[in-house]
Amino acid sequence: MSGSDRLRIGYIPLVDAAALVVAVDKGFAADEGLDVDLVREVSWSNVRDKLNIGLFDAAHLLSPVAVASSLGIGHVRVPLIAPFNLGYNGNAITVTPDLMAALRTAADGDLADPMVSARALAQVVTNRKMQGLEPLTFGMTFPFSNHNYQLRFWMAAGGVDPDEDVRLVVLPPPYMVESLASGHVDGFCVGAPWNSVAVDLGLGHILHFGCDILARTSEKVLAVRGPWAQENPNRLQRLLRALRRAADFIEEPANRGEVATLLAASNRIAVAKEMVRGTLDGDLKISSDGTRRTAAHYFEIGDARGARPAPRQAAWIYAQMVRWGQAPLSPELLMAARSVYRPDLYDAAIGECASGPSESPSDGIGAFAGPSFNPVDISQYLSAWMQIPRTRPRLVTD
Amino acid sequence: MLCAKAPSSLPDQTLKIVIVDESAVRAAILEEGLREAGFTQVVRIAEMTNLLARVYAIDPDVILIDLENPSRDVLEQMFQVSRVVKRPVAMFVDQSDTASIQASVDAGVSAYIVDGLKKERIKPILDTCISRFNAFARLQNEVDVARNALEERKVIDRAKGVLMKVKNLTEEEAYARMRRTAMNENKKIAEIAQSILTAAEMLK
Repeated sequence: MSGSDRLRIGYIPLVDAAALVVAVDKGFAADEGLDVDLVREVSWSNVRDKLNIGLFDAAHLLSPVAVASSLGIGHVRVPLIAPFNLGYNGNAITVTPDLMAALRTAADGDLADPMVSARALAQVVTNRKMQGLEPLTFGMTFPFSNHNYQLRFWMAAGGVDPDEDVRLVVLPPPYMVESLASGHVDGFCVGAPWNSVAVDLGLGHILHFGCDILARTSEKVLAVRGPWAQENPNRLQRLLRALRRAADFIEEPANRGEVATLLAASNRIAVAKEMVRGTLDGDLKISSDGTRRTAAHYFEIGDARGARPAPRQAAWIYAQMVRWGQAPLSPELLMAARSVYRPDLYDAAIGECASGPSESPSDGIGAFAGPSFNPVDISQYLSAWMQIPRTRPRLVTD
Repeated sequence: MLCAKAPSSLPDQTLKIVIVDESAVRAAILEEGLREAGFTQVVRIAEMTNLLARVYAIDPDVILIDLENPSRDVLEQMFQVSRVVKRPVAMFVDQSDTASIQASVDAGVSAYIVDGLKKERIKPILDTCISRFNAFARLQNEVDVARNALEERKVIDRAKGVLMKVKNLTEEEAYARMRRTAMNENKKIAEIAQSILTAAEMLK
């Protein structure tokens, strides 16, 4: 081991940066001889750019940004790799009390069912159009994000065209709640703790957890530049071991209180400890009347099975980029997307055999609607969606 | 409109520049610098609500935003093909120009331009940006140093008052005692003064 190696790692203050925070603050990184400087950032663009130009050695990154950067979509092409998955799921869709009321009126069943809510949304959209009202506006955190893809997947399943029937706007998470209050947006999809903040203030109602729409999606990865990984194999392995130890620590329920305290600290995420704890436990207040909801898969970090990057998740992300016109469809790009996720590097560091437990749900994604995901032939998968016409009129109205 | 602008034959005064910065002082410093460099069409945006709509309404050729601004992610939406987008916009930094990227990120500023704008037309804007942002950072640093000095003075004065009252000392004696303790313990006088105030608070 070569003494103390200094690493600069960028992150956004969100609960799914937990493995990084715990690895550093519990001394797991130091045990591996790494001196990690965790740098808190204010925007995903900053994290991406500072990683790309070498100001960061590694970063907590939206999984779709790692894929987009490697494919050169929307920005300069910088090959990034993801040797560690930091978290699955963790987002939720929150709507204003007004929109919630409109959805209740339009619903033909239980709104907890995302198909019912999506159809209700289509009805509300149609009603507004007939009344000459402005289209509904929804906030999400980044063009290349699961927040964007989850909202789109949900709406489209109900017959709403996300590009024509509503407005989708990027909003930095800290501004989400105030945008809901000011009427700038009618709803949003964002990660913890921002949905809870809106509910606590009586400004929003959590309509769906992200896992209602898609049971299991790679939310954030640890990303490094491809060449950096080649030049620093030993440092990368030590970092991955420290992260894995942190993930094991987080997974142990007896440690949850301590993990929540570490994350809530003012120099880390700087939110109330209870809010972090609720997120870790998947136990959230969803309505200002105090209704709570628990879901085991709401948020998955420190999940030993999930830390190993799954290329099928990268294929899923790429399929969303194609579906929504962010990327062209080609076998080469699909291959490039899949190879961003590097279970081989994970295995080399952790020393696990490649055959982990079988993925659940069966197609690895578990979408609430549409065909099973096929990571090898995404054109066939996408064509099932393309057959559903994306042009209006398609909604039955009276 | 972009198509109405000839790429390089017109003087660069025609370039419309937007500065997105919540720091009014820094934005003013930058605007002044740009005007000195001959860019007359400079608009500042300090209000982040509906940022994209504001930017589109101004229809700029160049957008400058500070890196401490979370709304940078909002601007990324300009690259998306969607109904609201009026024209393609690309980030200024291209892969051949890593030195400029480094310098601007170090200074804490990021630039976006309309697609197709020639690099040499942007260079003076970015150079002005970098030098003004660095100047602002130096200024900020000086202000911080001055503010800290002022804070320390206040702490020392209050601790002096405590000592004068509790130990029945003159002002000079109180100061001399703190100075002696600081020298003995190899600490700053302000640190000794702070511990006196903390102790006084606890013993209240």
